Amino acid sequence: MKINWFKYAAPTAFYPLAGRLVPVLAVAAAALVLFALYWGFFETPERLGGTNPQKEYYRIIFIHVPAAWMSMWLYLVLAAWSAVGLVFNTRLSFMMTNAVAPTGAIFTFLALWTGAFWGRPSWGTYWDWDPRLTSELILFFLYIGFMALHSAIDDSRRADRAAALLAIVGLVMLPIIYWSINCPDPNNCAALHQRSSLTDIESNILTAMLVMTLGFWLYSFAAAFARLRNIILLREQDSAWVRTMVDAAGAGGPANAGGGDALDANRRGVSA
Amino acid sequence: MLSVFLCVLNRDLTLALRRRTDVLTTLLFFVIVVSLFPLGVGSERELLRLLGPGVVWVAALLASMLALERLFAADYDDGTLEQLLLAGQPLSLLVLAKIVAHWLLTGLPLVIIAPLMAMQYALEATAIWVMMAALALGTPVLSLLGAIGAALTLGLRGGGILLSLLILPLYIPVLVYGAGAVSVSVIEIADTQPYFALLGAFLLGGLVLAPPAAAAALRISME
Repeated sequence: MKINWFKYAAPTAFYPLAGRLVPVLAVAAAALVLFALYWGFFETPERLGGTNPQKEYYRIIFIHVPAAWMSMWLYLVLAAWSAVGLVFNTRLSFMMTNAVAPTGAIFTFLALWTGAFWGRPSWGTYWDWDPRLTSELILFFLYIGFMALHSAIDDSRRADRAAALLAIVGLVMLPIIYWSINCPDPNNCAALHQRSSLTDIESNILTAMLVMTLGFWLYSFAAAFARLRNIILLREQDSAWVRTMVDAAGAGGPANAGGGDALDANRRGVSA
Repeated sequence: MLSVFLCVLNRDLTLALRRRTDVLTTLLFFVIVVSLFPLGVGSERELLRLLGPGVVWVAALLASMLALERLFAADYDDGTLEQLLLAGQPLSLLVLAKIVAHWLLTGLPLVIIAPLMAMQYALEATAIWVMMAALALGTPVLSLLGAIGAALTLGLRGGGILLSLLILPLYIPVLVYGAGAVSVSVIEIADTQPYFALLGAFLLGGLVLAPPAAAAALRISME
């Protein structure tokens, strides 16, 4: 059997596929997050750590750590799609970068925000210039810079390529962020964060954390695909298949007519 | 190759030296920003000694960033940049020549005037030497990284503000280790060598990676 690897690289082919995937992914993400929340609240010990344990407030770990993981992982995804777009010049890759960036920025913000709430009871401060906090903040700036550059350029081809190049340049910061979190030698790193160690963590805590990560991951897919569908429609609004689809939706009934009108209005706005 | 490099370098330096105010405004900006801080935070010697390295570095960052807009803008306006892109020479080499010229005009003056600024902050002689060396290693990195941002934001409205948003996060490691070297040099037992090693690594990495990236960014912006 010959597989056509590039079939879904065409926006026309990917649009309906994404439409089918989004509800499935969203439901699965919700289920996993709910399960992880339940497990994290009711099936885990009341304290974290050995000699100087953290009390109930440690449970913010179930949001904080998965969000921080996702924030880094999504930047890698963003840079990878940027590279694919620049090398193969595929439209869908650039659209994908635009769809992923906001989700990545949200997770980065979430990691910072929950970190502040966790820091208050455990360190006695909302913010400290700990290397990890600082590098996560830089990551947030990188996401913001990517989106700002893209929206500042009117010509979408130039915007795509310029933002993609910026994402790849920003990649040099990722090792710094990663090693500030997983410092090779803890004796050399003056940091409030403890060394992350997945092996000595209590197994129920680990379960809840990993399930939550999986849930966040599926959520990222769902959110990115949903956003991608909008971007495809906006970018391809002049192509025949979008026109036919919108016209069909418009004829289908008053409930769906709004989409076509909005697109028409947008089209007028662009041409004006 | 070398003759092309020298030709572009010579051209940029000649052009800049015929309009000296541009060079001087960057330098004066640096001096004024550094001089403002003691007026704002108070002039106790201990406090100033503590703040000095960071303030001088942040001011150097801002000064070199403000000057970045001029790196390609004039050539973009009069069409020289298109000719450079069309020239049969490797674009990264031409870009590197422009970056070197830019550093000689904006970075080097900062290094030279830094001791004067350090004296405002009551820094010791050793700390002043360390500061000059750190700036000499660090400011070229700023120019190299900044060139990528300047190329990406070429000809955009509000390009200057956008440029700061793109480039300042990337400047942070240079700031941390540049200011760190000076702060550490005040302590007798501390060793500044790791800081210089890292700054040198940034510089070498930047010299290799930044010109091709800036050249790619220019091609994207000019197509």
